[in-house]
Amino acid sequence: MTSISVTVNGATRKHDVEPRMLLVHYLREVLGLTGTHVGCDTSQCGACCVCVDGLVVKSCTVLAVQANGSKVTTIEGMSAPGLLHPLQEAFWEEHGLQCGFCTPGMIMAADDLLRRNPTPTEEEIRAGLDGNLCRCTGYHNIVKAVQRAAGRMGQTRDTFTIDAMAGKTDEFPTPAAKH
Amino acid sequence: MHASKIASPLAVGRNVPRKDSAEKVAGAAKYVDDLVFPGMLYGRTIRSTIPRGRIAATRLAFDQRGFVVADYRDIPGRNVVALIEDDQPFLAEREIRHTAEPILLLAHESRDLLLRAHVEIGYERENPVLDPESSPTAFKSLAIDKGEIEDGFSEADIIIEGEYRTGHQEHIYIETNGVIAVPQDGGITLLGSMQCPFYVHKALKSMLGWSDERIRVVQTETGGGFGGKEEYPSLIAGHAALLALKANRPVKIVYDRAEDMIATTKRHPAIVRHRTGVKRDGRLTAMDIDIVMDAGAYVTLSPVVLSRGAIHAAGPYRCDHVRVRGRAMMTNTPPNGAFRGFGAPQTQFAVEVHMERIAETLGIDPVKLRETNAFRPGDTTSTGQILGEDCSALDVLRRAVRRSGFRTRQRRYAGTNRGIGLALFYHGSGFTGGGEVRLASKASLGLTERGVQILVASTEIGQGTRTMHAQIVADALGVPFDDVYPVQPDTSNVPDSGPTVASRTCMVVGRILQQCAEEMKTRLGGMTPREFFAAHGPMIVTSEYEGPSGIKWDDSTYRGDAYSTYAWACDVAEVEINPDTFEVRPLKLTCVHDIGKAIHPVLVAGQIEGGTAQGIGYALIEQVVMREGSMANAQLTNYTIPTTLDTPPIDVVIVENPSRYGPHGAKGVGELPIDGPAPAIVNAVRSIGIDLREIPAVPEIVMKAIDLGKGKTDARHVPL
Repeated sequence: MTSISVTVNGATRKHDVEPRMLLVHYLREVLGLTGTHVGCDTSQCGACCVCVDGLVVKSCTVLAVQANGSKVTTIEGMSAPGLLHPLQEAFWEEHGLQCGFCTPGMIMAADDLLRRNPTPTEEEIRAGLDGNLCRCTGYHNIVKAVQRAAGRMGQTRDTFTIDAMAGKTDEFPTPAAKH
Repeated sequence: MHASKIASPLAVGRNVPRKDSAEKVAGAAKYVDDLVFPGMLYGRTIRSTIPRGRIAATRLAFDQRGFVVADYRDIPGRNVVALIEDDQPFLAEREIRHTAEPILLLAHESRDLLLRAHVEIGYERENPVLDPESSPTAFKSLAIDKGEIEDGFSEADIIIEGEYRTGHQEHIYIETNGVIAVPQDGGITLLGSMQCPFYVHKALKSMLGWSDERIRVVQTETGGGFGGKEEYPSLIAGHAALLALKANRPVKIVYDRAEDMIATTKRHPAIVRHRTGVKRDGRLTAMDIDIVMDAGAYVTLSPVVLSRGAIHAAGPYRCDHVRVRGRAMMTNTPPNGAFRGFGAPQTQFAVEVHMERIAETLGIDPVKLRETNAFRPGDTTSTGQILGEDCSALDVLRRAVRRSGFRTRQRRYAGTNRGIGLALFYHGSGFTGGGEVRLASKASLGLTERGVQILVASTEIGQGTRTMHAQIVADALGVPFDDVYPVQPDTSNVPDSGPTVASRTCMVVGRILQQCAEEMKTRLGGMTPREFFAAHGPMIVTSEYEGPSGIKWDDSTYRGDAYSTYAWACDVAEVEINPDTFEVRPLKLTCVHDIGKAIHPVLVAGQIEGGTAQGIGYALIEQVVMREGSMANAQLTNYTIPTTLDTPPIDVVIVENPSRYGPHGAKGVGELPIDGPAPAIVNAVRSIGIDLREIPAVPEIVMKAIDLGKGKTDARHVPL
């Protein structure tokens, strides 16, 4: 066992872990942060993406001990309880999700992309998310969600709450039936 | 009466927010692997490593302390997964019919020790049957006959033949399969990733020999299904239950990606042969079609997959003389099963590529050929079904040609390494033939303190069940969308609404819910739900599926109304071929789909975009490599699915030509989009002058087609 100290979503956590324990298992099983998912075990799908010291990583290919001394952000740390990060809000509004299994990893990868490039083109968004697989959506609404979030993250604005979102039925875009 | 005439709908037709977005964007939605129970063990499945033979001996070559071990002798009831035929065992007894067949189960609280446990299995090997065409065993044979095929051929000016092949396809739901079994109070609860809780319930009842109420099945949040979680979860649930009952502790079995790919079902590979009589002007006079599907080692759902494939095999075309023969053959490979489209993508690939070859042979424009033959209202299908006004074949074809600028692009791409092609296709909504009447699905609505509760077994697997059902109920009841809420399907709490398959969740179950809501509205007697609840307390309304009158089907002759309605679509694909690598890159897909009524346009477009992307993968890159009956590329490193960069712009056009039967005129939408991309893409490649007739069209297959074409005098110039 090896002792590690990791700052996860702002809180310092200390544990003794097996040296070969994966970061994703540490987050999911030791800390109970189950929003980070395992989809493929071979770092293709990106469902396990988290942020380590400002960079997005696939946590199924990182050992927990490698995160010792690091700051880790998971999907649960993207917003305070009851609030939404602009990316979470945009994925909701643009229907950038269906089954939701890839969504946390997709949001973490998109956050990394927007930190490096706050105003990406569609091509840059597609290139930036090429390491995250979604089998449901065909990616179109995911790309739209990232574009929408990018537009908002550049501005100062009120924080959205989940309650405010739920009551926003009438403000959701309703394009005229496509004919 | 058209249901679509309901005045000023409040939620239907609008892009209301999903019911499940809050949990999903926050990472708070609980999938099966996120759940932990006190004292829970992990389960593991020991599988065969040979495709055919008999088990000679098994030896547990590990320290068994802390382990629970189960084999077929622990099954108290019947050792068969109850489905269509009772042939597939939960655990092999002696005979091995395919690689990765479950033999033994282990459970332990340490996953590390579990994975390290070594079990030796000795076999008496037999020669496996791997080629469906030389298999001696047909699980199902069927025949569809319309008119007199020889009369059709004698009317023809020319006869055109062709053989078309499609490969396996793996579902790649991003969440792998998993189930947790929790024994309690003389019963057992199964929680898992699944499409059909009542299928699992039925299979467990038979395996345990227990009464209904001792078995409870709860669907956990499910990370995609696409048919892959239709029948297979029954097997995993049986395994988890056996271990849990033996250990008297909860047991979790979650497959890793490799196990999920190597062991679970896939789309049936198919070989389809066409012999078609045509007039010089392009009119079809005879269609003789032979279908061979590779079923794998057990029957599973192959008879109904073959049936849907055969019914759709002649495409959306009028022809007086049609003969279809289909066989689902046993091979010593893991059983193939349900996958979005359910047999129709294979046969419609064949007929649409064949139509292109007919156009090429006759020198007729491919759009003109399809216009000449496309079904019109009043035409008769191969099973003798007379199509009504809800037939839109010609309309979607013309719209797609206009929308995509087909003719302009055809001219622009001529002589380049780019091409354009199209596919016209259709998909029957709901169960085939009398299936819906036999299912007799039920749905309920509950009036509670919180509002109106939807009680159905239909599962949310990403497609939007919860949201779309709530929209239908809200409008039928005249209450706000936010007052209607879904519950997690739980067999102890919801009626059996039938399986979540066959593009039936909106059209069939949505319609039953609409009936429930209409009845509840009557019972409310003008009060709001809240007023009624305050005065009278809770209320439950249950309704059952009523077969539409005038729909007739004879399963013994395959004659009659195969589906109460069909959805219609035309896809146009534009592609570019790399002259060095022979990779085909899709540039754009235009998808015009008539789905009756878009209850939620953005969710509908999401089904079409997602299904089209999956169809692009099927056409070009998703290749299951089988070696000695086992998948050799069972991981996402070398079985690849489309990424953001592989998915081109998809221009979706929704057409609403209502059906008489679905709520607000809705038809099925879930499966239709997977039928078209493969033939449209292959036809686009054909337009460059490459005689391609097989998918997945990976570069090796494209190269082979080019090489074969070069020797022929009639091969058109290949600009590579």
